[in-house]
Amino acid sequence: MSRILTWVRAHLVVLAGILALAYLILPNLVVLAFSFNKPTGKFNYEWSQFSTDAWTDPCGVADMCGSLSLSLQIALLATLGATVLGTMVAFALARYRFRGRSATTALIFLPMAMPEVVMAASLGTLFLNMRIQFGFLTILIAHIMFCLSFVVTAVKARVMSMDPRLEQAAQDLYATPTQTFLRVTLPLAAPGIAAGALLSFALSFDDFIITQFNSGPTTVTFPMFVWGASQRGIPVQVNVIGTAMFIAAVVLTVGGQWIGNRRKARA
Amino acid sequence: MTAVAEPAVVPLQEPKRRRKLTPYWLLLPGIAWLVIFFAVPMVYQASTSLQTGSLEQGFKLTWHLATYWDALVEYKWHFVRSFSYAAIATVLCLAIGYPLAYTIAFKASKRWRNVILILVIAPFFTSFLIRTLAWKTILSDGGPVVGALNTLHILNVTDALGLTSGQRVLATPLAVVCGLTYNFLPFMILPLYTSLERIDPRLHEAAGDLYARPFTVFRKVTFPISLPGVVAGTLLTFIPASGDYINAQLLGSPSEQMVGNGIQKQFLNVLAYPTAAALSFILMALILGMVTVYMRKAGTEELV
Repeated sequence: MSRILTWVRAHLVVLAGILALAYLILPNLVVLAFSFNKPTGKFNYEWSQFSTDAWTDPCGVADMCGSLSLSLQIALLATLGATVLGTMVAFALARYRFRGRSATTALIFLPMAMPEVVMAASLGTLFLNMRIQFGFLTILIAHIMFCLSFVVTAVKARVMSMDPRLEQAAQDLYATPTQTFLRVTLPLAAPGIAAGALLSFALSFDDFIITQFNSGPTTVTFPMFVWGASQRGIPVQVNVIGTAMFIAAVVLTVGGQWIGNRRKARA
Repeated sequence: MTAVAEPAVVPLQEPKRRRKLTPYWLLLPGIAWLVIFFAVPMVYQASTSLQTGSLEQGFKLTWHLATYWDALVEYKWHFVRSFSYAAIATVLCLAIGYPLAYTIAFKASKRWRNVILILVIAPFFTSFLIRTLAWKTILSDGGPVVGALNTLHILNVTDALGLTSGQRVLATPLAVVCGLTYNFLPFMILPLYTSLERIDPRLHEAAGDLYARPFTVFRKVTFPISLPGVVAGTLLTFIPASGDYINAQLLGSPSEQMVGNGIQKQFLNVLAYPTAAALSFILMALILGMVTVYMRKAGTEELV
């Protein structure tokens, strides 16, 4: 007994860390377990019976898969837009000294430091007063806006840590500026760009607050669908999608790391 | 010694004027996007908060400052709840997140480090609405959590503190704080980990060589060096948590609502845009004030 106590005392921090990790994972396990539930009422909060119905018929709920595909489209386009615009800004900030640099940095930082609901309400008010129809386009505009800052931060960190001598070496070897950029600069910056893109995809796909203020009544993204369903009764299929997303995220990050490690090993 | 001819410097320079303009061309689309869809709406929001009118008749700028006062009076408890829930959640995040960040940085082997980091980040990529709803199951009235808290008599303590009422956790402040803590925990762990990871383990050895006990090493060496991470983490948790309305909506009852719920209701249901704008600005001003005071106290203003 006392031996156990000594061990616990020696590993107190690690134990607390493991508990914290369990706390983070617990809801995901609940989502997984309840994707195999066959609820008795409208709400899928209490366990009643094991069933694989939801997994064999994931799109059996009206409108859910439509909202899922809408979310995917928006997330892909928002990622594309934010990554292109953000990478350009990041290069300007990391590579050049120019007037208005600190103002630019502040403008990039602000959207990340502001409660989402404030941004959501102001952009919504603007669209409303400009009489712009809420829908796909307004959601996309809003998503590119808030993803931009995250891309800039990720790419800028990477570009700042790149050794400028590599590009000088390429130029010494008579590479044209275009060749230098495509063959040296871009591959070196790629991990930062990929991280920024992945982050904006996740942020856009999962965003609820900004979407709710800028979507209008007919354009329903997946988080909007879940929100609506949480009041009417949540179909089990929502848990299937949640579990699939978790698995996809883990596979994607593990795969990304694996590729990164192999590259490093080869280099 | 043979004289090596210096390779002729290839004139890579473009005309000087064009090179000077390059950063501006790179910035233009991104910054224009942020100005039009972030900065302009903020200014517009400021003017909206001083307007009166209705959607049918149109809004006019009448410098109606009373909107601010009315909003503040109507939603004063929402503000109090927002900031106290966010503050408690931030403290809990620090208490839960620090050991985990410490474990990843110092105790885990390289392979485990990556596994744990993935498990911390993966929830970011899964729908957080679905995970928040999962807390409804976890905290349900007949569930194991409520049962355990009851057996340990913790619910009596939280009752006395006004965090729960009776034998329930759902639809009480505790449930909302629990959801906030859970949802913003990764925002605390990642900056903590980044600042802890930079610490040279030899500093720990040196402190040990100087007969410092483990806790003293932590108090005098590790924690002070990790302070920038603590400051960044608390800000990244507190700011979004105080504006959140999802946890209060899904896990609380009408008596746990926060300012975010007020803004959402005024904007989407009541269509009182000036009130929603005024509420946003009060929220922003209060957060800005608190953050300034906090950064002064913490003394790390150049961290971002």
